[in-house]
Amino acid sequence: MKDAAQSRLPLYAFAVFTFVMCALPAEAHLNSTGMGPFYDGLIHFLMSPEDFVPVLALALLAGLRGASYGRRALFTLPVAWLLGGLAGLSAMTAKPHPFVAAAWFLLLGGLLAADAKVSLRVTTALAALLGVYHGYLNGTGVGQFDTAAVALLGLVFAVFVLIALAAAFVVRLRAHWARIAVRVAGSWIAASGLLMLGWAVRTR
Amino acid sequence: MNTTRHNPLVRAMVLAVFVFLCAQTAFAHPQKGEAVGFLTGLRHPISGLDHVLAMVAVGLWGAQLGSPAIWVLPVAFPMVMAAGGMLGLMGVPLPGIEYGIALSAILLGAAVMFEVRPPLGVAAALVGFFAIFHGHAHGTELPPGQSALLYSMGFVMATGCLHALGIGIGTVHRWGWGKRLLRFAGGIVAVGGMFFLWRAVA
Repeated sequence: MKDAAQSRLPLYAFAVFTFVMCALPAEAHLNSTGMGPFYDGLIHFLMSPEDFVPVLALALLAGLRGASYGRRALFTLPVAWLLGGLAGLSAMTAKPHPFVAAAWFLLLGGLLAADAKVSLRVTTALAALLGVYHGYLNGTGVGQFDTAAVALLGLVFAVFVLIALAAAFVVRLRAHWARIAVRVAGSWIAASGLLMLGWAVRTR
Repeated sequence: MNTTRHNPLVRAMVLAVFVFLCAQTAFAHPQKGEAVGFLTGLRHPISGLDHVLAMVAVGLWGAQLGSPAIWVLPVAFPMVMAAGGMLGLMGVPLPGIEYGIALSAILLGAAVMFEVRPPLGVAAALVGFFAIFHGHAHGTELPPGQSALLYSMGFVMATGCLHALGIGIGTVHRWGWGKRLLRFAGGIVAVGGMFFLWRAVA
């Protein structure tokens, strides 16, 4: 047994040597390279409240309804986002409609505030619609295809992580006041949506 | 060794170290208006005492009435306030806004002072009615060049936090001295409202 391992040692050493020789440039100067397209996509999502807040609202809603809803949203939304994004990559630039953005805030925030007893099917449909719509808008805006696809992956990864964290956090909540606090957050989201609707009317 | 590893404080410190190590780039050039829109919205409700008094009074009254009013009123207020803001943005005129705001402080303060206990629907309707005036007056005051979305979010969140402050103060209601203190606080709110009404009339 020991002899066999020793006989493979040169092979391992050669593999390691080959791997080390193939090292890529360090790209240590982030001011010129940025964080890379993956992180660009990830940070873009976290810095875009019009994307971030509806996803958070859906995750909280799914979490309030239970673990099975959370699991369904966890996989449906990122997949739909990715598909929408890939469709958007080859499309013309699309401008997000302020009414639709406000409607997502209102709808998801309102459902969350009301603790609406939405079915698993409706939750799945909402996740799919939200993902396809926002993914498409992201896809049209991320730029050239080679880096855009990676940026899209980073974005989808951020969506996945946010849903996982937020839904899992709410699923575990048992205290009445804690669940109320989540619903209050929903009312704030819906209220922001109402104001956004007003701004959309005014700027037209 | 295990005891140290499972200590929540140690865990929190390890987490904090990781968070600090993962420091991101500064993003000093956000999109137009994003850096200030949220802060402006967050600051706006606390910049006017008339608004602050009514917000806090909603929380005080909710705490005094107990469940479910303790969360129904603070949920109703921002929602209807945003609807009032929307009306303002759409150009729908609302007469006597300043009177409405002053009256909200007077009546909500008086409700706390006299420990008025109406049915939940009546309390929510009263709070919602006055919320329209607050939203119409303050929700539309976005400085030029700032993000409307972030301003709206900051504005709503600050309003909610003022309610939470009122609820926090209102928790003293469980003690005898706390009840008296709460009624006294309601009186202060009502007096403040009278001052603003006098200023609106004068």
